[in-house]
This record gives sequence, C-alpha cells and structure tokens, in this order.
Amino acid sequence: MAGKIDPMEQFVIEPVAGTFHGHNPFVLTNSGIWTLIILGTIWFFMLGGMKRQLVPGRWQVAVEGLIGFIEDTVDASIGPEGRKYLPWVFTSFVFLLFANLMAYMPTGLVSAAHPYTVTAQFTITGVMSIISFAIVLIVGFSRHGFHFFSLFVPHGTPKVMIPLIFLVELISFAVRPFSLGLRPFIAMFAGHILLDVFGAFVIQGLQAGGGGIAISVLCFLFLAFINALELLVAAIQAYVFAILTSLYINDAVNLH
Amino acid sequence: MDPASAKVIGAGLAAIGVGAASIGVGFVFGSFLQSALRNPAAADGQQGRLFIGFAAAELLGLMAFAIAMIILYAS
Repeated sequence: MAGKIDPMEQFVIEPVAGTFHGHNPFVLTNSGIWTLIILGTIWFFMLGGMKRQLVPGRWQVAVEGLIGFIEDTVDASIGPEGRKYLPWVFTSFVFLLFANLMAYMPTGLVSAAHPYTVTAQFTITGVMSIISFAIVLIVGFSRHGFHFFSLFVPHGTPKVMIPLIFLVELISFAVRPFSLGLRPFIAMFAGHILLDVFGAFVIQGLQAGGGGIAISVLCFLFLAFINALELLVAAIQAYVFAILTSLYINDAVNLH
Repeated sequence: MDPASAKVIGAGLAAIGVGAASIGVGFVFGSFLQSALRNPAAADGQQGRLFIGFAAAELLGLMAFAIAMIILYAS
C-alpha cells in the first residue's frame, strides 16, 4: 500500500525517438521535446509583442515591460555600456523564467503532456553559466588585457596583504561559475522533489483511510502553499541569474 | 552502525543547513523591510542588492540540500 516514494524518477531523461545505444548523440528525449515547447512558447510570446504599434496593445505592453525590466537591471549594474550585453542577459532570463514556470504548469493532468523540468538538469544551467563566464573573460581580457588581473586586488590593499587578497579573490572568482549554475538548478530540483514527496503523501494518506485522510488534507493544503511559493522561487531564480550575470559582466567592463 | 542508517542520519544532519539558510534569508528580507519602512523612497533602488543578498544566503542552504541528496542517492 504505502509504496516507496521515488522523487528522482521525474528527472529521468528518456528517449522518445531514437535510442541511446551505441553512444548515438542524435536522440529526441523528453527533455529535448520540452525545451522545444519552451522555445516555441517564447517565440510565440515575443513575436506577438513585436508588432511595433504606435499605440501598444496589451500584448506589446507585456513584452516591452519584460524587456524594459531587464534593461533597467542591466543599466543599473553595468551603466551606459550595458546595452551591448542586454541580448544575453535577456535571453538567459527569459529562458529560465519560461522553463521554470512551465515546469509547474498543470498540463500533467494529461499524462502525455507531463511537463519536464528542463532547468532541473545541471547540464542546462551549467552551460548557461559557462556562457556567462565566457563573456566575462572574453570582455575582461579584450578590454583590459592583463590589467584584468587587477580585479583580484581591490584599491588600497596594503602591500603585505596583496598575495593573500589575490588568492582569496581568485578563489571567489573561480567559484562563481559553479554557484551561478548551481543555484537555479538546485532550486528547481529541490522544489520538484518537495512537490513530488507531498503529492505522494496526499495519495498514500487517502489510500490508508481513517486518520490518513486528515493527514492527506493537511498535506494537500501545504502542497497548494508550496506550489505558490515555488512559482515565486521560479521567477526569483531567473531574476537572480540575470542580476548576477550583469553584475559579473560589470566587473569585467569597469573593473573595480 | 548499519551503513544504510548512517547514510540516512548523515542526510538528516546535512538538512540542518537548510534551516540555517532559512534564518539567513529571513534576516536579509527582515532587514530590508525594516529599513524600507524607515525610508520608503529609497527602497526601490535597493531591490537589486536585496536579491543579491537573498541569493547569497539561499545558495548555502541549497548546497546543504545538494549534499543531503548526494549522500542519499549517489554512491
């Protein structure tokens, strides 16, 4: 009756078309299909709002508001030069936002359309943070040359402290790509595990009957609350990724 | 001790870190609200810093969760 809950099952990547045998890299997986659905949604959303009407409709206001929001964030942290980096920051923000939010959509009521959490795979968020850091390193070294290393020695550091401060700042810089990619990944991962475990509690409580039903109702209320919280977390993680990316790019553009 | 039970106890101990991070996140938002109520005009300009502080505090809790998951499911 009370089966073992396996919260990891939802993250399994399964081939839909093709097979993994023989190290075949060209496989359409459930993750790939859901990524395509997300990209299609983003495309639809952006195209609908890019009609450039003089008097914007609701849709255009939504799209322009989203762009303006990220533009303000980038401008505030990088300054007037930030406009050059807006495409990447906006792309990563919108992808994370849509991927995170669409993973919580109740389309799973039809089992074929069960949402797959794309951003709960470190490969996706890790590659995004690697791209962010490639931008930081390329911009930093091409603009400042080896002067870029002065990033690791803040102004006014006493001479004696320079080796130590350099080491500490270097470690802090080297850890950033991991923490940047790890954050959205673990937040989504943890949220979906939590939802899966409490969803299983609801069903198992109902099956047990008696006192189990009371526990089931409690778990259901908690589940609704957690769902609302996770929607907030999904949006916050996308925003945090955008704000941290623009902050790191600011380090590379303006040094300290 | 049975290795399987030691594994579960270890994961439970790692989960303490998540609670500690929740204190940190609460502190970040609490301090922000406290100062935002004193000077509401300046509050909007500090939202970026609010989320940076939130992200830094939350990351450590997420790390603790990741360690718990690694202990439970990896190896």
